[in-house]
Amino acid sequence: MADAPKAPRSFQEIILRLQNYWAAQGCAVLQPYDMEVGAGTFHPATTLRSLGSKPWAAAYVQPSRRPTDGRYGENPNRLQHYYQYQVIIKPSPPDLQDLYLGSLKAIGIDASLHDIRFVEDDWESPTLGAWGLGWEIWCDGMEVSQFTYFQQVGGHDCRPVSGELTYGLERLAMYVLGVDHVMDMPFNDSQSPIPLTYGDIFRQTEEEYSRHNFDGADTAQLLRHFEDAEAECQRLLDFPPLDPKSGKTIIMAHPAYDQTIKASHLFNLLDARGVISVTERQAYIGRVRALAKKCADAFRLTPAGQDAEVAL
Amino acid sequence: MSDLLIELFSEEIPARMQARARDDLKSIMTNGLVEAGLTYASAGAFSTPRRLVLSIEGLSAESKPVREERKGPSASAPPAAIEGFLRSTGLTLDQLERRADKKGETLYAVVEKPGRAASVIIAEVLENTIRTFPWPKSMRWGSGNLRWVRPLHSILCLLSDDSGGEVVALNIDGIQSGNTTAGHRFLAPARFPVTGFDDYVVKLKRAHVVLDSAEREAEIWQGAQNLAFAAGMEVVEDKGLLAEVAGLVEWPVPLMGRIAETFLTLPPEVLQTSMKEHQKFFSVRNPKTGRIEGFITVANTETADHGETILKGNQKVLSARLSDAKFFWENDLRMAKAGMQEWLDGLKSVTFHNELGSQMDRIARIEGLVGHLADKVGADLVQALRAARLAKADLRSSMVGEFPELQGLMGMYYAQAAGETESVAQAIKEHYSPLGPTDDVPGAPVSIAVALSDKLDVLTGFWKIDQKPTGSKDPYALRRAALGVMRLILINSIRTSLVMHFRQGLAMHAAVDTVTPALDLLAFFHDRLKVFLKDQGIRHDVIDACLAMPGNDDLTLLVKRADALAAFLKTEDGPNLLQGFKRANTILSQAEVKDGVEYSYGADPKFAETDEERALFAALDQAEAQITPAMRREDFAGAMAAMASLRAPIDAFFTAVQVNSDNPIIRRNRLNLLHRIRAICSGVADLTKIDG
Repeated sequence: MADAPKAPRSFQEIILRLQNYWAAQGCAVLQPYDMEVGAGTFHPATTLRSLGSKPWAAAYVQPSRRPTDGRYGENPNRLQHYYQYQVIIKPSPPDLQDLYLGSLKAIGIDASLHDIRFVEDDWESPTLGAWGLGWEIWCDGMEVSQFTYFQQVGGHDCRPVSGELTYGLERLAMYVLGVDHVMDMPFNDSQSPIPLTYGDIFRQTEEEYSRHNFDGADTAQLLRHFEDAEAECQRLLDFPPLDPKSGKTIIMAHPAYDQTIKASHLFNLLDARGVISVTERQAYIGRVRALAKKCADAFRLTPAGQDAEVAL
Repeated sequence: MSDLLIELFSEEIPARMQARARDDLKSIMTNGLVEAGLTYASAGAFSTPRRLVLSIEGLSAESKPVREERKGPSASAPPAAIEGFLRSTGLTLDQLERRADKKGETLYAVVEKPGRAASVIIAEVLENTIRTFPWPKSMRWGSGNLRWVRPLHSILCLLSDDSGGEVVALNIDGIQSGNTTAGHRFLAPARFPVTGFDDYVVKLKRAHVVLDSAEREAEIWQGAQNLAFAAGMEVVEDKGLLAEVAGLVEWPVPLMGRIAETFLTLPPEVLQTSMKEHQKFFSVRNPKTGRIEGFITVANTETADHGETILKGNQKVLSARLSDAKFFWENDLRMAKAGMQEWLDGLKSVTFHNELGSQMDRIARIEGLVGHLADKVGADLVQALRAARLAKADLRSSMVGEFPELQGLMGMYYAQAAGETESVAQAIKEHYSPLGPTDDVPGAPVSIAVALSDKLDVLTGFWKIDQKPTGSKDPYALRRAALGVMRLILINSIRTSLVMHFRQGLAMHAAVDTVTPALDLLAFFHDRLKVFLKDQGIRHDVIDACLAMPGNDDLTLLVKRADALAAFLKTEDGPNLLQGFKRANTILSQAEVKDGVEYSYGADPKFAETDEERALFAALDQAEAQITPAMRREDFAGAMAAMASLRAPIDAFFTAVQVNSDNPIIRRNRLNLLHRIRAICSGVADLTKIDG
């Protein structure tokens, strides 16, 4: 194809191209959320902003942590810290599948040479009280993205429905760049004065965090922190809406939601340490979900989360 | 007569939902059209990942006119009644018919409904079908409220006859019907118009879409076999996977690749499961080595490089997947060789059920049951206890964590690696068996001991906490477990008392009362057994006749008896003897009720008056001499054959002899003789329970 763009040469170039592509489609290009999260969905730009009727379009990179996936930097494609690229558009546009395929083209995946497939994958986040229907997208048998039409978040029906795209950046980039081991992937251009691979940047941290996640983290303390976050979330939501100092109605939905994120990550760490039994597991997930729901309830009362008619 | 073509074009429909959706579309639409008064000759439904299609041939052009008549009040009824009738019919007084009858004149409303054009009916029925379609899961999208399995993009609805075609107009939440569709997403994305079903199929194929899933399946299977054959290999058949893959592609292109040498050390089941579950690959076996050495992937597109890039990509993904599997395998092997103690310790924290403790608690109970059972099934106790101890260890392995369906099988591999005996390893693999009514039943004694104990523990546990199956609810698959116990016992001809083992199981669950739940569980087993034996052609009354006998918790004995009785009732003598027995029993029972005594005192041949009577005495003596030892040997067939010899003497006796003689001594003697018939026959089965 004549208009096929040149193949990208580094991890960061793929990220930059996605940023440019989605910026050109009209998305607000946001920055990562400054907290430890398990997936890009946890960013309030997705979880909270998918609630209510106000139109929304955002794209961002989100560093994500899955403590149990730590492999001391040895596994070719499993990491306890990795990057997701997240796109969220509300209401979902009718041509979202085509927009998505356009983004693959932008990073050098030519549909005339590859086998791109939409394979059923219903998405559910028990901790967020959220679910949606969609697919995982396969490129030559590899899952490169998830595509979801949100139906419910925090126990609230999504009206209108948001379309969410999540790209697993390392896996996608390894495929595009033809790299077999994530640590060998060029992070910046390999022709740069100081070429850096993914391993140059992350091998050591993968080792350190793997040890931390599996053996180092103090479980008694994590348990305490979990309880603290849970209590703090509730406490913040219990404040009366009227702020006496400013005289405004200020519901602290986002600060409370931060505590939900915290609780969720602490749970993941506890899980990695293997101290949560199967039955307890459900109970912990239920506790985080209860927080997420309360935050969603609170957000729906704020200006950003109200339905447009109500806000007028 | 005209033909109807409907295409509902959407974003990708999950493969597993397509077959059911085809059936639903066809039945809901045709039922709706017929209900509205149309007729049709034939209908067929089709699906691809992006479309659901219905073709109806020979559809009538309009519905037949309908005449509806309603009887109203009398013409002289009060005005309020007449007004009410007018309101309910929507007519005016002068539109009503007046008909004379006995009471004077009665008002009738006659409504003629003219026939309606097919297109009007189709539009209504299709809209209703779309809005109420029974998808297992449906969704909304954008700002709309319409629900479909994934966003619905276009509706093609075309009614055609010899003179041409017309679009059936309908608009559903902004989607306007038309006569166009689109081809393959990448190979031919442009929209094009069609004139009818044949034109549609041909143009779709030109646009790289094979409409019929059966045709796609055939293409995939043929293509896969050709590829494998050319390389001297064979494809491992998998019908479920074939149907799924056919639902993932519009333009199937099978491609074959090799599994890298380094992964060929993995167990074949791991290779197969990993390739199927994660990648939807078919496995390819090398008939010379018997190993899985290759794979077939099915692409949805043709490329200039003949799939080289696609295959390379798939190969790479597979390598990553199998690297993971190999990592699990090697990790697990290390744990196995170290004795699996860490896994066993880990089982303490794996909850089996809130009220029934951990997997480790379960193992302790299974070991207890094995202790009682090993002897009964001829298993070496030490081996059986070892197998029980290790049976669940693999639940803690990485491989089973990734592929739960490999439980048991991985346990076997790990036990082998740990240097356990072959019978222990085999028992670990087989102890979940049999899973279904046609699943293989283990035959090795150690396997039988652990498989039985595993199921008995589950059954007695849930009986203890009163979580029995009810109606269609059986969340812990207890019916399956009971069937498993039955098949293990019957196929291996195991002789033991189930109630005893139920009580042992219940005692292990610390039940205070072990008798009541054990008998209740036995009744559950008897119900299941009736279903099981009925499927094998044994009548329920035959089973009831045998269930009424002592030792009915010894299933092998029970079924042996039932088999013999069923066979006996199929002989000519069987039903006749049954009649004789029933006649004897009826007369005797009536006499016993009337006289208030039991006629069980020995009958004496010296009071016999007729030859037939004497002959019956002789026949009973002779039969008894055969039946008693036969029963002692549990030779039910032999006992029943001897019983059959009574048929002629009993028949002759009833023909010639009047039991209720005027002579009380003779009467009593004859009743006592009838008692001998009853006693001898009832020792074999409770024949009173047999119908007819």
